[in-house]
Amino acid sequence: MIPPPFDYHAPKTLPEALALLGRLGEEAKVLSGGQSLLPLLKLRFAQPAHLVDIGRIPGLDYLEEKDGYLRIGALVRESALEASPLVRSKYPILVDTAAVIADPIVRNLATVCGNLAHGDPANDHPATMLALGAEVVITGAAASRTVPVAQFFTGLFSTALAPSEVLTEIRVPVPPAGSGGAYVKLERKVGDFATAGAAAFLVLKGGVIERAGIGLTNLGPTPVKAAEAERHLAGKKPEEAAFAEAGRLAAAASSPSADRRGAVDYKKEMARVLTVRALRRAARRAEGR
Amino acid sequence: MAKHAITVAVNGTPRQAEVESRLLLVHLLRENFRLTGTHIGCDTTHCGACTVLLDGVPVKSCTVLAVQADGRAVATVEGLEKDGKLDPIQEGFMQEHGLQCGYCTPGMLMTGRALLDRNKTPSEEEIRRAISGNLCRCTGYVNIVKAVQHAAAAK
Repeated sequence: MIPPPFDYHAPKTLPEALALLGRLGEEAKVLSGGQSLLPLLKLRFAQPAHLVDIGRIPGLDYLEEKDGYLRIGALVRESALEASPLVRSKYPILVDTAAVIADPIVRNLATVCGNLAHGDPANDHPATMLALGAEVVITGAAASRTVPVAQFFTGLFSTALAPSEVLTEIRVPVPPAGSGGAYVKLERKVGDFATAGAAAFLVLKGGVIERAGIGLTNLGPTPVKAAEAERHLAGKKPEEAAFAEAGRLAAAASSPSADRRGAVDYKKEMARVLTVRALRRAARRAEGR
Repeated sequence: MAKHAITVAVNGTPRQAEVESRLLLVHLLRENFRLTGTHIGCDTTHCGACTVLLDGVPVKSCTVLAVQADGRAVATVEGLEKDGKLDPIQEGFMQEHGLQCGYCTPGMLMTGRALLDRNKTPSEEEIRRAISGNLCRCTGYVNIVKAVQHAAAAK
């Protein structure tokens, strides 16, 4: 399959890329890892007249903790996230997530920021970033702004990004002591999109859940933040009864559609089961077990 | 649509081409450079038959634009043999019967080579994880894993 014709631009700096995007408007798409965009072009699901490749802009592949956040630059590959000693030691939920995205070869090019910017509710990082309370930095020619991931997804394949803007960074709050997170994905085979997925993040204090975050993958037209389930957990002990009710509330918050991966009722049941499993693992990690 | 003049170091030799923006790397290799060892399998980023190394890293060349490879190094299966001597990964596939129909083999060889370049003594699990983006429809995985182990032991 050959993509439809387009003009290719390879700016060397971010201001140059932003100026191009500002000029080309709706006609342009940003290319970074290309592992979602190029398949879309090949299938003719998208036919932009211009691709602006940010892949040659130096300095966008940083992955570091600074001022209270883990900062993931636009060109950090999934493979780099997965291999990072910092991420492996302090953010196991991010390793859970990266390790189940597509396959290792795709992850050598696919970017973490692209996984959000693509706006696909079947992508895995959105649920995790919702659970972690992450933010994205959106940069335009005139200014940049910070948007909570919870407000980033506006519809199926649509996000808060304007055509002239680039998602330049994901900011994950550095996890406090006594916290833990986990991502659990049900897939038919290696590399498939999730039949369903659940991310959970718990902050424990004095044996009680101080704060909880829960995100769901491929269980609605946008990534789902299970806010009621999160509220239910606050103030409870990290125990089965609380997890069971949170699972029920998370399933109720989901609105999956039926496809070859399963019927609606099945997917809602998987939302419940996976939420409970993610909570159990998050609690074990929070308790250092 | 403007064409792009690109230079790609293919198996160590700089090669030039005038390409359309939309040309995929796999087509640059197969059609412009006539290096047909890199196979097109699913053409949908799943099967890994088209795996080549871009600056030493395995990528699916059906999901990379030729222009993205401009100024970079690409290694294909044709570059494995050196001075009439098979690469240990090729020797391993031969000795351990690591191929049946052979369609996935170029991709398996490149993924295996890249794994051994960064991990000289991979465990069986590490080998299996590394090739999880390369599908063998003959399902010859047992011997493919043995072939990579054979190559690891050879050095």
